[in-house]
Amino acid sequence: MLTQKNNIILHGLAASAGISIGKVYNYSKEVFTISDEKNSNVEEALKNFELALEQSYKELNKILKLAQERMGEERAAIFEAHLMILQDQFLISTIKGRIEKEERSPEFIIHDEISKYQQIMLNSEHVYMKERASDIEDIKNRLIKNYQKRKWVSRIVNDVIVIAKNLTPADTILFSRCNVLGYVTEQGGLTSHAAIISRSLNLPAVVGVIDATKLINDNDIIIVDGYNGEVIIKPTEDIIEKYKQKIEKIKEYNKKLEKIKNIPAQTLDGVKITLLGNMDLKEEIENVIESGIEGVGLLRTEELFMESGFIPSEKEQVKIYKKLSEKLYPAVLTIRAFDVGGDKFLPADIKEDNPFLGWRGIRFLLDKPEIFISQIRAVLKASINGNIQFMLPMVSTLREVIKAREIIDQVKAELDKNQIPYDKNMKIGIMLEVPSVAVILEDFANYVDFVSIGTNDLIQYLLAVDRGNSVVSNLYDEFDTAVIAILKRIMNRTKKVNLPVSICGQMASDLLALPLLLGVGITTFSIIPSALPHIKNAILNLSVNECKELAEKCLTYPHPDLIKKEVTDFLNSKNLLYKE
Amino acid sequence: MIERKVRIINKAGLHTRPASMIVKIAAKYKSEFFINKDGMEINGKSIIGVMTLAAPQGAELELTFDGPDEEEMANEIVDFFNRGFDEEC
Repeated sequence: MLTQKNNIILHGLAASAGISIGKVYNYSKEVFTISDEKNSNVEEALKNFELALEQSYKELNKILKLAQERMGEERAAIFEAHLMILQDQFLISTIKGRIEKEERSPEFIIHDEISKYQQIMLNSEHVYMKERASDIEDIKNRLIKNYQKRKWVSRIVNDVIVIAKNLTPADTILFSRCNVLGYVTEQGGLTSHAAIISRSLNLPAVVGVIDATKLINDNDIIIVDGYNGEVIIKPTEDIIEKYKQKIEKIKEYNKKLEKIKNIPAQTLDGVKITLLGNMDLKEEIENVIESGIEGVGLLRTEELFMESGFIPSEKEQVKIYKKLSEKLYPAVLTIRAFDVGGDKFLPADIKEDNPFLGWRGIRFLLDKPEIFISQIRAVLKASINGNIQFMLPMVSTLREVIKAREIIDQVKAELDKNQIPYDKNMKIGIMLEVPSVAVILEDFANYVDFVSIGTNDLIQYLLAVDRGNSVVSNLYDEFDTAVIAILKRIMNRTKKVNLPVSICGQMASDLLALPLLLGVGITTFSIIPSALPHIKNAILNLSVNECKELAEKCLTYPHPDLIKKEVTDFLNSKNLLYKE
Repeated sequence: MIERKVRIINKAGLHTRPASMIVKIAAKYKSEFFINKDGMEINGKSIIGVMTLAAPQGAELELTFDGPDEEEMANEIVDFFNRGFDEEC
């Protein structure tokens, strides 16, 4: 009798909790495999090729403009050359000629034709030329991607698990509209944008799965286990049955937690905890409200334009912010200004040696006042219900806050002049994600109404670890002694100057970190809505005094693993960790 | 048809900036323009082609111009080579 006992299990990082069983849609293959099928519809192929050229030109032109502003005409010349390639009549007519004559798929011909030049460059002895070959690669891939996307958009199927090398935020959002069941990616860490978005959409995801796109085929049935970071390829009936039971069990467990949804979060020793939610997409609002949170502690606005690739107009923004504020009223809506740069959106297209130490957050906004001002104006106009607050990202110096406040005051004066109503008392806060802010927190208190600790970046800058760099990312640890210590410092100092503080990084949603966060005195959390039941359940069963003791003890440990073990034991002793 | 030999004299060689300049100049003329290097013939009006030339300082290239305005075209382009692409030599 034939039995399939050997299920193949791939391992990765558990990026977003949950389990899904379903058919695979291999996104990477779709985009990066060049099909060589016969193509007899020459007319359509030529039209799509033209459109791909046009789209690629638009994209590169945007990059060129930005590069010229930031790096000067001289150094932006490389992008100009890229644009010229897209207009290279010799190249274009060669490709078109071949599409007509050979009746092959245009992607094959684009690839074949441009690769010829690339090969010549790669064969060169000059390092400079070899580097240029990678520029050509960029253009080639952009063209092919844009050509395929035209075919591809109409081909996304519903109810699939998406497998990809890497997912951009735009991809993830696009897929979320197609009822995707889960994600598996080869690249990306727990704090990559794809991981964050999966968590906020409550979809299981496993990232960092080596060779996933090669080992998993389209239409394979797989199981994504976002609790254990496992992907099971072509599971046997037995395994599927086992996982189905697991899913049922989790559902039951969640149902139990559902009951505490509307109970206020309060510790055993009577400390009131405020649980706010993080939001990425405006579509999430219903989920957020339903989850039982007490407001939105972080609305990431960059998603608004990542979707379209364009910065939404002021009018569009007013509409979105106002609608969200109305739905949440009287609960608070904390809008974070566009936080671009680092690994997010536009400036990443400009090659910086150290993007995470580069042009991002408030630095970008102050350099691009037209974007910043239109957002400020939109936020103010939407603020009439009095429940909106505004938050500045990636602040590292006092002068940035002073400058930003000046701009905000100017916008207010202009609204006053035009008699446009807004909330005159709208609170302005900052993200606390650069250690410099923690160092002179008392000074910042003079200029801001609140701070929100962004742990992802704070940890990265505090420990000097690029969280996306797999060589050193093992040093990135929210349980590092220094992380607990800086949080304690922040809490002590904000208390002294009466500055409201909340925490909104990933750590805030981590059940394991909760006792430590309570222990250092944090009482306002902005978390992923899907984590709310677990976090609230734990809060209801913990006392701050006990947590304080635990935190003090952990602060004496030299290794994050020791801290993790201590906290795990602590939570286990109270039966608060989810067990299978 | 006009044939001219030129030598790359600037330090950086025929890199992206001069390559795009050459193509821009060539685009102004009606004549055909080819660049020969070590037996490889490149269409001088094609940026991707000119970029692949990878000609370092000291390299010799053969240029051919063919068409109604070949004379003016040859003069302007050869002059651009001889000026070391207006870069440091």
